[in-house]
Amino acid sequence: MQYRYDEADEAFRAELRRWLAAVLPTLPPEPPRDAWAARRAYDTDWQRRLYDAGYAGLHWPAEYGGRGASPTEQLIFYEETARARAPYVGVNFVGLLHAGPTLIEEGTPEQKAAHLPRILRGEEVWCQGFSEPGAGSDLASLRTRAERDGDHYVLNGQKIWCSFGQVADVGEFLVRTDPGAPKHKGISWLILPMDLPGIEVRPLRTVLGSSEFSEVFLTDVRVPVANRVGAENDGWRVTNVTLKYERGTAFVSELVDAMRLCEDLVPLVRDPAQRRELGRCAAEFDGLWALTKRNVSQSARGVSGPGATVIKLAYTEARQRFGELCLRVLDREALHVDGNELVEERLRTLALTIAAGSSQIQRNIIGERVLGLPKEPR
Amino acid sequence: MDLDLSPDQVALRDGIDAVLTARFGPERIRAGFDRGVYDELAEAGVFTLRADGFSWSDCVIVFEQLGRRCVPGPLVASLLFQVHGVTGVVERAGPAWVEHPGALDALVVLDGAAAALVDPRALEVEHSPWPLDFLTPVGRVAQLPPGEPLDVDVAGVRRAGAALTAAFQLGLADRVTELAVEYAKERVQFDRAIGSFQAIKHLLADMLVRTEVARAAVYAAGAHLDAPAEGGADRSVAVAKLLAGEAAIANGKAATQVFGGMGYTWEVDVHLFLKRAWVLDTCFGSADAHADAVADALAAPGR
Repeated sequence: MQYRYDEADEAFRAELRRWLAAVLPTLPPEPPRDAWAARRAYDTDWQRRLYDAGYAGLHWPAEYGGRGASPTEQLIFYEETARARAPYVGVNFVGLLHAGPTLIEEGTPEQKAAHLPRILRGEEVWCQGFSEPGAGSDLASLRTRAERDGDHYVLNGQKIWCSFGQVADVGEFLVRTDPGAPKHKGISWLILPMDLPGIEVRPLRTVLGSSEFSEVFLTDVRVPVANRVGAENDGWRVTNVTLKYERGTAFVSELVDAMRLCEDLVPLVRDPAQRRELGRCAAEFDGLWALTKRNVSQSARGVSGPGATVIKLAYTEARQRFGELCLRVLDREALHVDGNELVEERLRTLALTIAAGSSQIQRNIIGERVLGLPKEPR
Repeated sequence: MDLDLSPDQVALRDGIDAVLTARFGPERIRAGFDRGVYDELAEAGVFTLRADGFSWSDCVIVFEQLGRRCVPGPLVASLLFQVHGVTGVVERAGPAWVEHPGALDALVVLDGAAAALVDPRALEVEHSPWPLDFLTPVGRVAQLPPGEPLDVDVAGVRRAGAALTAAFQLGLADRVTELAVEYAKERVQFDRAIGSFQAIKHLLADMLVRTEVARAAVYAAGAHLDAPAEGGADRSVAVAKLLAGEAAIANGKAATQVFGGMGYTWEVDVHLFLKRAWVLDTCFGSADAHADAVADALAAPGR
């Protein structure tokens, strides 16, 4: 155990800080939340700057144009960019963190060449078409049909919760290619160009009043079979290969942000009981920060722990407790959201314990895969 | 930066675990603390860890293992004040309830930034016939004598004491989770192992989550104590004591629930862990006090 970072890591941090100090003042103003074309331009411009500076695809292997950074360097990168209030990965999220790594592991040489460089340069934006109105926590029950017609699949169905669907060029879509097989065995993973005929994208309004997500309706959409990644009906496994890219650093930016918000809140607190509660929230974030570092240490050693699921569950619930405290501290000042980051916080964080596997699903995963408890009848 | 055990630390952990497995089975634990327990732990090197050149991170690993076995005794102060033998510690400000009053060679009285050494044999102690934790006998001392001034870094003592206590609490939280998980796999009701029901499974998952977060915080505190020049040690220790203390209590309560009626019996060990967790929350700063300390650290400029 050691608190200090070694010299090479500190050099990486210093170089990154110098670059951030130089580049951040030159960025254009951040566009409003709902201005999707402007958001895409802003986020992809940032991605291009990362690319030119050698920070694009930090966790991707060097042979695919990534930096091949160590887990510790990834931790430092997310920590420093969050502290400097640099732009978030934004519309590049699915391409860089999910679709790209999936192609690296499972794509054909042609698929890799067509997409990976464009993702890294911020030229291609991806969305995700996994969830359906009838397939949420039970994702494998998805029903969007892909019927073979010569060298094409014909898609019919409906997807929901497609982040960045409004501005994406391409989607990673899970479709049912064998309706007769057990539900995990009849799914395929497709690259879906979002400009194909028969695709209709409808923005979905959330509790924030804005549209971060879309619904996607597919009517007789013809997709080349060559767009399938991995074998037919092997899509469930293909979806899970990206788990090996999960270093437990997924919540670093959010944790840095949460620790900053705690400092922002403390001068507003008058009540000793609320102040004590804030101390508890901050302690939980500090503990999760330590757990993140511990996960990174273990992954640098090649040891795997229960880390990522634990952080997801504990962080999202702690962040909601913090959001609730924000409302109580602000009292009637909390009655407006505009210009009130701490109120927006409470609304936004309602999604945290639902998205990407609800807290209840995370507890099942911990109970069954980590503690080895018997499964419930399903 | 490394918050995982080094190969040497894995060996240290396994070594102390082997000693405790061989010599401190459940019956020995229930027999309570005595000179024999002290001597065997001393022989294993527990109290001389610092004198023998081990880091605070190493000490934290050993105390986690002691916590897993719920080993009784004034272990933390006996390491911090190793030259004085079996040593207790008490705050002059608080009500003077002294732990293990009959077993002490020395009693350290902390008073703000000062410390004094008191001869426990000269004290008038009103022994409690029914301590909260029967493995932590206590006695009330109406008037603590001034004692001999002790030249120590009292802030350092409080910091290290809180860190080692947090490590012990982590061990309690960890082991009681194991006990509850084992039981939930064996206990059958409604024709199924109760651990298959989400109502139980989710309690157990939360126990694991509390333990893992507490473990990271405790190891971070140990690493901070070994790098005092880096700053942030006080906040890190406060976080560890708070998270490990609450994990020990919450996991003890959850385990009692999982064990059902058996959890309310003297026979099942769960109450030993929960009661020790309650005792240790009163030592080197409660979770509440440390939450206040973290809030103070938030308000102070620069961390």
